[in-house]
Amino acid sequence: MTPAQHAAPLAAVDREWRRFSPRERFARWLVYLVAVAAIVWSVRTIDVIPEFLADAPTQIVDLFQRMWPVDVAHYRRGIHDVLIETLHIATLGTILALGLAVPVGLLAARNITRSRVANQFAQLILVSSRSVNSLVWALVFVAVFGPGALAGALAIAFRSIGFVGKLLAEALEETQRGPIEALEAAGAPWGSIMLKGYWPQVQPAFIGIALFRWDINVRESAVLGLVGAGGIGVALDDAMNFFQWDRVAMVLLTILVVVVIAEILVTWIRRRII
Amino acid sequence: MSQTDTAPAAATAAAGADRSLTIRHLDKEYVRGKAVLRDINLTIDGRGLTAIIGPSGTGKSTLIRCINRLVEPSGGEIVFMGQDLAKLRGAALRAARRRIGMVFQEYNLVERLSVMENLLCGRLGYVPVWRAWLRRFPQADIDAAFALLDAVGLGDFATRRADALSGGQRQRVGIARALMQQPDLLLADEPTSSLDPKTSVEIMELMARLTGARDIPVVVNIHNVELARRFATRVIGMTGGRVVFDGPPAALEPRHLTEIYGGEDWL
Repeated sequence: MTPAQHAAPLAAVDREWRRFSPRERFARWLVYLVAVAAIVWSVRTIDVIPEFLADAPTQIVDLFQRMWPVDVAHYRRGIHDVLIETLHIATLGTILALGLAVPVGLLAARNITRSRVANQFAQLILVSSRSVNSLVWALVFVAVFGPGALAGALAIAFRSIGFVGKLLAEALEETQRGPIEALEAAGAPWGSIMLKGYWPQVQPAFIGIALFRWDINVRESAVLGLVGAGGIGVALDDAMNFFQWDRVAMVLLTILVVVVIAEILVTWIRRRII
Repeated sequence: MSQTDTAPAAATAAAGADRSLTIRHLDKEYVRGKAVLRDINLTIDGRGLTAIIGPSGTGKSTLIRCINRLVEPSGGEIVFMGQDLAKLRGAALRAARRRIGMVFQEYNLVERLSVMENLLCGRLGYVPVWRAWLRRFPQADIDAAFALLDAVGLGDFATRRADALSGGQRQRVGIARALMQQPDLLLADEPTSSLDPKTSVEIMELMARLTGARDIPVVVNIHNVELARRFATRVIGMTGGRVVFDGPPAALEPRHLTEIYGGEDWL
């Protein structure tokens, strides 16, 4: 049988095809309409001051001129120490977060904790940790412990619990049931099942999460100094308050370089380990 | 916690005990009103290889998993070495489970651990958590593991990661792991269904030989009627959650297979 013969009876049927049904087309048109309306509405409410807008290019050029030449010498005098402090805040905060997030993650994973109430309680902890910005956490801890790196490290830690705990719980829920069953059948106690059944399965994910979070925390801890929680942000804040734009430029450049190095390092380690 | 009867001699010491398994009025329904197992009554002697055959979805797996309580029975008794396994909980259940080895269709090895560590997982019911954590397993366990690796023909694979092995090699590790428990009963849930025909025969041969040497009774679920005939000392045919044939493999006739699997065209 040739293909032509095969197609013949079908040709009689109406073979017109459109990607969307009339209803879907109407819905799409509605979405575009709402989007345009939203843009018009928001432009009207943000109160653009025309003089400032017109002035902006000049201001930008002016700012760059004040920043140039960058005060490279300031690195040794005022940046290096706070930069190291920033890295310490990020690292300590991440380690602390890992320790705090593991129990919460275990509690949140539905295949490990078989109580809906406990799961939801853990979810609540994770969501509240994530819903508060690290600057807000820093403000809280500066109020409790006074300004300094301790408040910064705690802010980083509490902000990270949600992220680490959620991803760990997801990794735990994605583990294969088979090996766990085998260990249960061998009469292994809970602790041994965790160590030899679950941990090997989530280990790559856990290392990935830890490195990724450290990378994020290096960036986040750079701004904590703006609210007095230590680190390179203090140097940035000082320089800005005194309008020393050449120093501001040096701080920003340092942060950029450190973030790029952290990113490269994390990518490299992840590739090597996983 | 300090259960350390790790001497390989323990297996032979326990061999004197009665290893027979008695199942009485076992029922199982996953959903209320839909019985998977209905009133199963079986006595399995403390020796030999018992093969359970039957179509998919007939409750073979459920039956075998009820024995070591990976599946909770809905009713009935499972008496093994003087204990009703169906009533055990917590530490008592774990203590009973470590006397019962299990081999799985999908091997169920911990993929990212080495072959040696997978074997030592068979000792987790005996070894305290801190030892497992620090990887400080008793030397007797490690010696037993090496001996078993040689016995299953994987003597050079101790440090290889489990995910680097072929299906047949993985199932050999699975068998060795189950035997590491020094079990008084070995359960095997479709141990050859993921393997090619030649490897299937090799695996069945290995399992029959190693358990025969240790005088461990085996209960094995198997699709393949020929393999059941060849290796079993007793065949149990199931269909629709009931036992419809029970006897030596020689007594298994086409009419029994028709009853077990339904239809005749496939014979």
